[in-house]
Amino acid sequence: MAAERNPDDLRYHPEHDWARIDGDEATFGVTWFAQDALGELVHFEPPEEGTTVTAGQPYAEVESVKAVSDVVAPLSGEIVEINRSLVDAPETVNSDPYGEGWIVRVRLSDPSEAESLMDAEAYERYLAEQG
Amino acid sequence: MQTLLRTPLYDRHVQLGARLVPFAGWEMPVQYEGVIPEHLAVRRDCGVFDVSHMGELEVEGPNARGFLQSLLSNDIDRIGPGKAQYTLLTNEEGGIVDDLIVYERDVERFLLIVNASNRETDLAWLREREIPGAAVRDVSHDYALLAVQGPLSLDRLGLPDAPAFTFADGEIDGIACTVNRTGYTGELGCELLVDADEGGELWDRVLARGAVPCGLGARDTLRLEVCYPLHGNDIGPDTDAISAGLGWVCALDKDFTGVEELRRIKEAGPERRLAAFVMEQPGIPRQGMAIAEGGEVTSGSHSPVLERGIGMGYVPAALAQPGSELTIDVRGRPRRARVVKKPIYSREEQDGG
Repeated sequence: MAAERNPDDLRYHPEHDWARIDGDEATFGVTWFAQDALGELVHFEPPEEGTTVTAGQPYAEVESVKAVSDVVAPLSGEIVEINRSLVDAPETVNSDPYGEGWIVRVRLSDPSEAESLMDAEAYERYLAEQG
Repeated sequence: MQTLLRTPLYDRHVQLGARLVPFAGWEMPVQYEGVIPEHLAVRRDCGVFDVSHMGELEVEGPNARGFLQSLLSNDIDRIGPGKAQYTLLTNEEGGIVDDLIVYERDVERFLLIVNASNRETDLAWLREREIPGAAVRDVSHDYALLAVQGPLSLDRLGLPDAPAFTFADGEIDGIACTVNRTGYTGELGCELLVDADEGGELWDRVLARGAVPCGLGARDTLRLEVCYPLHGNDIGPDTDAISAGLGWVCALDKDFTGVEELRRIKEAGPERRLAAFVMEQPGIPRQGMAIAEGGEVTSGSHSPVLERGIGMGYVPAALAQPGSELTIDVRGRPRRARVVKKPIYSREEQDGG
């Protein structure tokens, strides 16, 4: 199957979510694998700004024609910005999952949580094992 | 683990990169390129679906017509050889065992094309009631069935137009098949019934003529936009034809299983009706979601043509009128929807006709 390379500068959660960590803030999104498994997205249900998110817990929903899926936070913190453009154009997550398809920016409550996430190489190994 | 059945086209689906899913005991393509492009191909041009998983039951003999007339809701005397009819297999309570199309091949030979998930139930139902002079046979594995649908479908296949719900022997580039002017998408089109071992060849020729391969995902969104009920979602043994809006396929002036109960429901007026609705707020309705005013969603999806959530559900009869406001519980979020006249989408209205 065609798969996009997962960027080396991100950290990955086993639920197929990524975090781009920048000091005590991070940007979250879903991986190429996740968007491919879901199919073309037709709805994004955004969280509220200021909401607290917990690592491993859902904070938003995305839907394809066939199914709804929770978006899981790879790290804990407070949402400081939401990618509102996804409300009108959720398919951006499909076309650019690691760029314009980012979902939220979060002020991290415990940046050390990042140590539990996978790097790109480990994530790709994990995908291969899921087979 | 139960082994999934595969249609004669299975290898071709794999080659095309289809996403295969279990459906009614079969391993079926849910999508190739994507549900939305496939859906739009059928609305604008031409798509082809492998529906070989559907059941084909043959009823043959001098008493075949009378046998079917006593078990099916529609009046089979209104068709003749070469004609087909949408009809219901009903139970004693007026519930719907299955919805199907009956094809009159000749005066003593009928073919029933039934839902894949109900093939065994239907077969058992007919066999338990079998009478001399009306032999029931399951011929499902003898055939492949390709639905070719869309405004350009007949042109692309080089077939002449024919009235809906008729069928005739034909051929596509040398492959003999029965061309049924039927479908489940609300578009012009046909369903090609072909010997199982020629199904692959026919599929190749239909694709070569420009039909886009489409999966069960698009089949579901297409039928929902035109409000065709799906057995198991919108209709079933516990829902009656009148409440489902299928009174038009029930000949209440003849005798068939459950007719007295259906006459009673029609006379009294159903307490609830299957209504179609369009979301007026963000969110996609899904099967099983509660409707605050009463009832629940029986089918729901995103409409690729309307680009918003659409659905059907049983609501109190007073609320089934177009214009009524409903509140759908979208995973804890109340979202407003409006009841609309069926179908939600109509080819004729789009043409301005």
